[in-house]
Amino acid sequence: MTTKKMAIIATKGTLDMAYPPFILASTAAALGYDVQIFFTFYGLQLLRKDLSDVMISPLANPAMPMPVPMPVMVQMLPGMESMATMMMKQKLKKHGVASLEELRDLCLEADVKFIACQMTVDLFEFDKSEFIENVEYGGAAMFFGFAGETDICLFV
Amino acid sequence: MNFDKELNARGLSCPLPIVKTKKSLADMTSGQVLKVVATDCGAVKDMQAFADQTGNTLLSSTEENSEYIFFMQKK
Repeated sequence: MTTKKMAIIATKGTLDMAYPPFILASTAAALGYDVQIFFTFYGLQLLRKDLSDVMISPLANPAMPMPVPMPVMVQMLPGMESMATMMMKQKLKKHGVASLEELRDLCLEADVKFIACQMTVDLFEFDKSEFIENVEYGGAAMFFGFAGETDICLFV
Repeated sequence: MNFDKELNARGLSCPLPIVKTKKSLADMTSGQVLKVVATDCGAVKDMQAFADQTGNTLLSSTEENSEYIFFMQKK
């Protein structure tokens, strides 16, 4: 049986959108898949050593379940983003959902390969020293070398 | 049922029971049995799917006092 492969393109850097790539990658790796994640644009934030700045915003996110209905005018107030992030993290913890750091470590342990888009690293002038060490830098063509042979390819 | 190793996955949500099952099986030998206890009801279908896709054998899957108990034999 040949090894199955999965590629994920992670483009978002918010707390809610950070979970799917890491959950799917760690699960696929557990199932025996060879997995690569290509981090580009805001997805690059997920490669930072310190993930404490990864936040969720109720603004422009009308599907986010709120304990009480909250008008957009209120969601705009200073501190709302921090509050929503804190509440979300508490909820995740209460339900036994792993932290982003833990899921990312599980991915690395399972040999999931992380690729950072060199172009967007340059574009946003990211400092590579702020990223974790297990990252390779490359472009779209390099990603396609792997993605073209995958059984599953997802854009998140 | 006899088992060689036990994994406590109580309180853990998807995908941790699966990922930790895989990790636990890694240092076991072929034919050995891993017992997994989970509280996430999603694990019932996930453990079966894990077995189907990895070739390990799910010997039994039962529920007892809101806990899900699995016996997985390493291939």
